[in-house]
Amino acid sequence: MTATQDRPATEIGKDRRRKEDQRLITGRTRWTDNITLPGMLHMAMVRSPFAHATITSIDTEAAKASTNVVAVLSGKDFGDELGVCINAWPITPDQKTPGHSPMPADRVAFAGEIVAVVVARTAAEARDAAELVDVEYDELPAVVGIKKALTDEVLAHPDLGTNKSALWVFDSAEAGTGTDVEAAIATARTDGIVIERDYRQQRLIPAFMEPRSVVVDPTGEQITMWSATQIPHILRFALAATTGVPESKIRVIAPDVGGGFGGKLQATPEEWIAWAVARRLSRPVKYTETRSESLMAAHHGRDQVQTLTLAADKEGKVTALRVHLDADLGAYIALVGGGVPVLGAFMFNAIYKFPAYRFECQTVLTNTTFTDAYRGAGRPEATYAIERLMDELAAEVGVDPLEIRERNWIKHEEFPFTTVAGLEYDSGNYEAATALAKESFGYDALRAEQKERRDRGDRVQLGIGVSTFTEMCGLAPSRVLGSLDYGAGGWEHASVRMLATGKVEVVTGTSAHGQGHETAFSQIVADRLGVPFEDVEVLHGDTQVAHRGLDTYGSRSLVVGGEALVQAVDKVIDKARHLASHLLEASQDDLDYADGKFTVRGTDQGVAIQELATATFTGHNYPDDMELSIDAEATYDPVNFNYPHGTHLCAMEVDTETGAVKMRKYTCCDDIGNIINPLIVAGQVHGGLVQGIAQALWEEAVHDEAGTLVSGSFVDYLLPTAADTISFDVQHTQEPSVCTTNTLGTKGVGEAGTIASTPAVVNAVVDAVRHLGINDIQMPCTPERVWRAIEDSRAGGATETPPDAMPHFAEGEANQDSTDGAGQ
Amino acid sequence: MIPVQFDYLAPTSVEEALAALGQHGDDAKILAGGQSLLPVLRMRLNAPEVVIDLGGISSLRGIRDDGDALVIGAMTTHHDVRDDSLVKEHALLLSKAAAEVADSQIRHRGTFGGALAHADPAGDLGAPALALGAQFVIAGPGGSRTVDAADFFVDLFETAIGDDEILTEVRIPKHTGWGAHYEKFVRVAHQWPIVAVAATVRGSIDEARVGLTNMGSTPLRATATEQALAGASATEDGVREASQLAAEGTNPPSDLNGAADYRQHLARVLTGRAVLKAAGA
Repeated sequence: MTATQDRPATEIGKDRRRKEDQRLITGRTRWTDNITLPGMLHMAMVRSPFAHATITSIDTEAAKASTNVVAVLSGKDFGDELGVCINAWPITPDQKTPGHSPMPADRVAFAGEIVAVVVARTAAEARDAAELVDVEYDELPAVVGIKKALTDEVLAHPDLGTNKSALWVFDSAEAGTGTDVEAAIATARTDGIVIERDYRQQRLIPAFMEPRSVVVDPTGEQITMWSATQIPHILRFALAATTGVPESKIRVIAPDVGGGFGGKLQATPEEWIAWAVARRLSRPVKYTETRSESLMAAHHGRDQVQTLTLAADKEGKVTALRVHLDADLGAYIALVGGGVPVLGAFMFNAIYKFPAYRFECQTVLTNTTFTDAYRGAGRPEATYAIERLMDELAAEVGVDPLEIRERNWIKHEEFPFTTVAGLEYDSGNYEAATALAKESFGYDALRAEQKERRDRGDRVQLGIGVSTFTEMCGLAPSRVLGSLDYGAGGWEHASVRMLATGKVEVVTGTSAHGQGHETAFSQIVADRLGVPFEDVEVLHGDTQVAHRGLDTYGSRSLVVGGEALVQAVDKVIDKARHLASHLLEASQDDLDYADGKFTVRGTDQGVAIQELATATFTGHNYPDDMELSIDAEATYDPVNFNYPHGTHLCAMEVDTETGAVKMRKYTCCDDIGNIINPLIVAGQVHGGLVQGIAQALWEEAVHDEAGTLVSGSFVDYLLPTAADTISFDVQHTQEPSVCTTNTLGTKGVGEAGTIASTPAVVNAVVDAVRHLGINDIQMPCTPERVWRAIEDSRAGGATETPPDAMPHFAEGEANQDSTDGAGQ
Repeated sequence: MIPVQFDYLAPTSVEEALAALGQHGDDAKILAGGQSLLPVLRMRLNAPEVVIDLGGISSLRGIRDDGDALVIGAMTTHHDVRDDSLVKEHALLLSKAAAEVADSQIRHRGTFGGALAHADPAGDLGAPALALGAQFVIAGPGGSRTVDAADFFVDLFETAIGDDEILTEVRIPKHTGWGAHYEKFVRVAHQWPIVAVAATVRGSIDEARVGLTNMGSTPLRATATEQALAGASATEDGVREASQLAAEGTNPPSDLNGAADYRQHLARVLTGRAVLKAAGA
C-alpha cells in the first residue's frame, strides 16, 4: 500500500535507465555460449571454401581418430532427421525455390556452406579435428553478382534451369489505387521532367555483437534448444514442421541475446545441425560460431540494383514513379529472404502523393551467402531510392530539396491518407517535423556557408542532405501478411500474472535482444496497472514461459507486443474489479480504479490491486461466480501498420583533394507518436543512425568473381566506432502524430534511424560536389569513389570499367558515370 | 577463434630467449605484445608449435639517452613511446606516429620492436623509423649486430632479423628541435592506414625527411621530395610542388580501400600536408 504512494505520477515518458543493462553489459548472464550442461559436447563445422562445387568425397577417418572426437558426420550420414531450412515467404506461386539442406551431401552453393560437423569433448578439439576432415570437391562455375545472374549463362542451381526466382509486381492502375505509369512518363517526356537513375544497394552484413550460438539438450521430456536468436517461437514451429518432432516436445529458449538487427531472424543450418546431432548422440551439444564464420555464413542483407524512373511536371510535382528492382537472394531463399524487397514495394512512394506507381521486383539466385532481413528490411532500400530521386528532381527544377518535397508530400490535414501503394497512413505531420529539424539544424546558415565555400573554391566543400522518410512498421496485421503469402501472422500475445505477494510477472511473446523491453514494458504496466516499476518482472524468450508469440523484428515489439500487454492488463483490472466489489461490498459501478487501487466513490474505502492478488492466493473470500484468479492474457492483432516519419538533415564536408568525407552536423526530428522511454528511444535512434550512415560511408560485403568473401573480417568489412561518428541532434515534435490504431499511440522506432539516414548522408555528399557536375556517388561513398567522381567530372565525365569490387553494378546504365572506377 | 595448440615459453632474459629460439627454430614464433600475432594465431593463419613471450624480459623495456641517439627497448609499448619526454624532445615524429597506432587498448599492449619486426608495410612505425634513420640492434647466438633502417626492411612482413635472432633495441639518432607530423589517412579510426606520411623537418626548411607508409612492400623514403625540399621555404605552393614527387618509385597495393593510382595521389597530397604541418606552416 505505501509503496504505491512513492510512485512518481507516470512512468511512461520517463528516462528510466534500463533494468537489464547491468547483466547485459557485464556479461554475467546467460548468453547462449555461457551455458554449460553436464556431458555437453562441442561442435565445429567444416565449410566449403568453394562457392559452387560438387562434393566428390569426404574422408573423416583422421578427424575421427583425433583426440576426444566423438563423432564426425556429413550430409550422407543424416536422413530426414536433418530437416530443411525453410522459406516462409514464397512471394509468387511460381517462385523457383532451391532445396536448402542444412548440410548438403552432394553439392555446395556458396563459400562457407557446411559439409561436415565434428563433435568433440571440447571446442578446441572439435576445431582441431575439423581441419583433418578431407573433402574433395569438383569445382563448378559460380555465378556472382546480379547482372551475371540475370544472363543465366552460369546457373547457381543447374537443376532449376534459371537464376531468376520470382517476379513480383504491383501496379497502381491494375490495383485501382492510382493511374497508369507509362502514360504519365510519356507525358512527362514531352512536357515535363523525367529523372532516370540506377542505384545500387550494396550487400551488407548485419554484424551483431554476439556471434550466433546454439545449445541443444535432448535429455528430458522436451528437447530444449537455446539459441542466440530473435525468433524462438518461429524456430519452434519450424523445427516441428521440418524435423518430425512434435511441437509439444520442443522447447526453444532465446536467453539474453546480443543484438540481431534482422541477422538473427533466421532458421539457420547451424541450429538444424545442432538439433540433429544432439538427437543422434543423445547428448547435449553446443556450437558457437567464430566471427569469421559469422561474417561468411550468417545471412547478409540488402544487395539490390534499382532501376528508377520518376516523372514530374515542370514545377516538380511528381506524376509517376516506376521502380524495377533486381534483388540478390544469394544461394538459397532464406526464411523471409524473398519477401524483404517486397516489403519495400509499399514505401517507394514514401510521404508523397504520387498519382501513378509501378513496382517490379525480380529476385535472383547466386552462389553467395543467402540474404535476408537487415535493419529496415526493404524500407531502407525504398527510402534511399525515393529520397535520392527527390534531391535529383529538386536539382533539375532548381529549387531547394525541402521545397520539392513540400510540393509533393501529404499535408497534415489530409490524414488519414490512402497512398498509391494502397496503404492507409493514419497520422503524420511532415510540416511540423521538417520545421523543427530545419531550425535545430541551422539550415539557412549552413546553406549560406555552402555558398560561401563554393564561391571561394574552398578545398573543403559543404553539402547538405535531406531525407524525409516514413516507414510501415509494427509487423503486422495478420490478414495483410496473409494476402502477401507470408507464412505466419503478425499478432502478438501477452499475459500478466498477479503473484501472491503483489508482485507482477509479465510474459510477452516478443523476444528482446538488446531493445530494452524489460524496462519499457515495466513502465507500461506500472502506469496501466498502478504498481511500482520495480515490482514488474518481464519474462520473454522461452516457449515454455511465453507459449504464444511471434518474436521481435520489424519494429513490432512495442506497437504490437506492448498493445497486447495493455489489453492483458485491462483484463486483469476487469477481473479484479469483480473481486474488489465483493470485498468492499460495493457495486462495481461505484468503484474507481486509479493508482493501483479500487476505491468506492464518495467514501474512503478502498483495496489495492496487490491485496486483491493476495486474496486470490488465499482464496478465503471471493464471490461464487468468480474464477479464483485475476491473471489474464491477450492476443492482439493490429488492424494496420503504423507509420512513423521524420525529417533528417545532414551536413557533410568533402575534401575535394582526397575525396575524404566528414560529417559536420546531423539533425533528425522523428515523429514516432507517444514515447514510452525517451532514453531507450534515443538509443534506438543513435544506433539506427550509425548503422544507416555506415551503409552510406563504410560497409560493403564484397565477393570476388569466384564467390569468395573478400571482406571476411573486420579489417576489410568496416564498422564504425564512436570515434568515427559525431554527436547527433535528436529531436521529436512537441505534439506528435499519435498512432490512431493502438491505445498507447506509439509508432515503431527500431529501424527509423537506419531507414532515414543513408539517403541523407549520400544526398549531402552529392550536394557538396554537385556544382562540379556530379549527380551520384555509389555507396559506400569511399574517399576513392568521391575522388574519382571529382576527377572524372574534371576530365569531362570520362568513364572506366568498374573493377571487381562492384560486381553487382550494371555497366553502361544511366547516370552512374561519376561512380565508375571507384573502389576496388 | 581458437588457435592450434602451442607451447608457451616465457624467458626472463635475452640469452634464455635466444636459447629457446635456437632450440625450436622455425617452429617458434616470438610474442612481443601479441597485437598482430594473436589474431593471426586465432584465425589459424599461422600455427607455431612454440610461442616465446618476451614480455617477461625487463631489460627490453624502456627508453634511454645514449648521447647522440635515443635507445628504445624493443618491448616498450606504443603508449610509452608516445608519452616519453625524451622521445618528444629528440624524436617527435615517433611520438606523433605512436599516437596514431590503432586504438588505446592496442597501444598499451603492442610494442615498438614487435611492430617493427612484424614489418607490416601498413604499420605506422616503419616509415618514421626509416625517416629518422633508425638503427636496429639484433641479438643472435653470436652476439649483437646493428642494421640500418634502409637494410632492415626487406619485404612484405620480412626483415633482416634471422630465424635465430631477436630485435632487442632500436637506436634513433637525435633530431632535437625538428618539427614533425604523421599524416594518416583512414576511413575509420581504428584502421590500418590506407596511406600515411611521416615527415620531420629542420628549420623551415633546411632539411626534410619523409617516410611513406603502405606505399610498397616496405616503408619507403620520398627521397625526391626530400631533395626538393632541402633549402626550400615552407610556403604552401613550394611544399606542394615538391610533394608532387612523393610517389616516385612507389609500388602501392590495390585493395578494397583504394587502387594503386589513388594511393599515389594520396601520397602526394598527404606529403604536402605533413610537411607543412611539420614545418609549422
